[in-house]
Amino acid sequence: MRLSTESVTSSKDEPFRILDANGRLIEGRTGPDLSDEQLVQMYEDMTFSRHFDERTVSLQRQGRMGTYAPVAGHEGAQIGSTYALDRDDWVLPTYRESAIPLARDVEPSEVLRYWKGYEEGNASLVAENVFPINIVIGSLIPHATGMGMAFKYRDDYSRAVVCHFGDGATSEGDFHEALNFAGVFDTPNVFFCNNNQWAISVPRDRQTASDTIAQKAIAYGFDGVRVDGMDPLAVYRVTRDAIENAKRPEDDRKRPTLVESVQYRFGAHTTADDPSVYRDDDELERWQRKDPIVRFEKFLRNTGRLDDERIDAVKTRNEERMADAIEAVERLDDPDPEEMFQNVYEELPSRLEEQFERLQELRDRHGDDELLEG
Amino acid sequence: MSQNQNQHPDPTETQNLTLVQAVRDGLHAEMERDDDVVVMGEDVGANGGVFRATEGLSEEFGEERVIDTPLAESGIVGSAIGMSSVGMKPIAEIQFQGFIYTTFDQLVSHAARLRTRSRGSITCPLVVRTPYGGGIRPPEHHSESKEAFFVHEPGLKVVVPSTPYDTKGLLTSAIRDPDPVIFLEPKLIYRAFREEVPTDSYEVPLGEAAVRREGSDISVFTWGAMTRPTLEAAEDLEGEIDVEVVDLRTLSPLDTDAIVESFKKTGRGAVVHEAPLTGGLGGELTATIQEEALLYQEAPIERITGFDTPFPLYALEDYYMPEPARITDGIREAMNF
Repeated sequence: MRLSTESVTSSKDEPFRILDANGRLIEGRTGPDLSDEQLVQMYEDMTFSRHFDERTVSLQRQGRMGTYAPVAGHEGAQIGSTYALDRDDWVLPTYRESAIPLARDVEPSEVLRYWKGYEEGNASLVAENVFPINIVIGSLIPHATGMGMAFKYRDDYSRAVVCHFGDGATSEGDFHEALNFAGVFDTPNVFFCNNNQWAISVPRDRQTASDTIAQKAIAYGFDGVRVDGMDPLAVYRVTRDAIENAKRPEDDRKRPTLVESVQYRFGAHTTADDPSVYRDDDELERWQRKDPIVRFEKFLRNTGRLDDERIDAVKTRNEERMADAIEAVERLDDPDPEEMFQNVYEELPSRLEEQFERLQELRDRHGDDELLEG
Repeated sequence: MSQNQNQHPDPTETQNLTLVQAVRDGLHAEMERDDDVVVMGEDVGANGGVFRATEGLSEEFGEERVIDTPLAESGIVGSAIGMSSVGMKPIAEIQFQGFIYTTFDQLVSHAARLRTRSRGSITCPLVVRTPYGGGIRPPEHHSESKEAFFVHEPGLKVVVPSTPYDTKGLLTSAIRDPDPVIFLEPKLIYRAFREEVPTDSYEVPLGEAAVRREGSDISVFTWGAMTRPTLEAAEDLEGEIDVEVVDLRTLSPLDTDAIVESFKKTGRGAVVHEAPLTGGLGGELTATIQEEALLYQEAPIERITGFDTPFPLYALEDYYMPEPARITDGIREAMNF
């Protein structure tokens, strides 16, 4: 499948989709090249992500977790695109992509650990080729381009680098610089824009006067594609095509692709945000009717891959898995302040060593209970 | 602390080089030694850099290793971070320090933090080279000396050579260093003098100051392009005041031991930098000395610096830059307290 640049220049272009609202294959579309087991696993990952989200928001409300950026609504985009990765590919997530490490087999307790304020949670992503979570909007995109430049320099065409960001990030200079570099150096990159219509409270049409985000790719000399981000199979297909092209480009096609995944964030920007201030319930309800999990579940039921019994089993497994993760993260030892000083540099400079010793003296003198009292 | 500016590793084979030629020689040596070392920036390829710091490297190593990038500083540093995160050793050139500000987010939010953020799983062994400082009669934004911005950021190292010998040795260390290094090149003295520089590779260790002139009355701490006028002032004061000149060479991490050791010997001090006074490193050095050697202190530490004004266009820059007369006066003030 290839959508030419011409096909994304108009706002009239419907995003590419495979499933209709009732989870049926759209006429002329074929199903994905995933096995039944993979499809059911994908469903399980999506439902687990939703459960993870609900429990984590609830933990935050109870004061048991830090500020958290909910995923709900993005499961199709995050898990569909992550299933498209090959083992050695890299993916760079932002703070709203908790489903990505989960789908790459990072332990849920490690993802929770990050949100509980432990940098070790971020560190554990790296073993699965997931870059540490990025917070500063758009600033990770040049890193992805640079990684692509490095693999190309080493003639390593076995790896693509997939970078996630939101619609707001496309206004940042780093978005432009990174995609411009990618076009010039023809790097093996997939730039995956999670266009969820809102950058906190600012709507998509305040970010850009372009009809689409995908059309921006034309300016960089490579392809842009719009995909229905609430359709995991379409996202998988489009991302898979972009990854394969990054490694083995088609004739006359540059390696990079900009994917605009059109979707919606059901929840708040973060647990510190109240979206009722800036968007109305009607809009939310319209998008909730496209819920990627409901739609995918219908497809799997329609095609005989899932039934009530199997869905119940998935639900039970998800609940147990999440309960175990919460227990593990709440059982963690108190953080060791030495971690704050280690890994600033490879070797601890003497000034930093002195500052650490100073903190240890304070701890010895007062004890942590007194020292940490607010 | 070392006094080794003339102790060469292999004194039999040297070249007589200017400071900017020593930059080029250092880049060349490390590129020859390690395929993961690449140079990237604006006009670094066929043009050889606007100051010729990368002259001939493109012809020798090819455009894949001497990468002429689009004109986008944040993109240069951001992509260098990505390259270094998977084990390459990119050396990014920012053409003038006055153009580094758009890279600030990449440097402080990412280069400086990725090791911490990933608990050491991802590191950024990159170097950002940039010519800094005034005195060359350029247009606006080409004269700044903003080392303090980078010294303030944990996770970055900041290095400023003042001689051709140190330039090659410090650059070699910076490239081999596992952490991100901001390498500030004093462009005022890019071609001011020559020095014998070994043809072989060698390292001048990061984090070690050098005593450029021994003295017993006062310690003057400086770096980069200010080292020369400071030494000149010390010569002018010969017979009147016995001045010790300490070239810090690395501004982060600071060689506190060398600073304190010199100060304890003399009991008086001055700091010379061309950056503005307020928030400049002179304050940090003064505080360090007061913490570590208060009982040795005979007089307030004199800060001989640029003014708290935007760096002027060149008609006024001689009033701005600390020159030997101003440095001499500052040293006398510290002596006469």
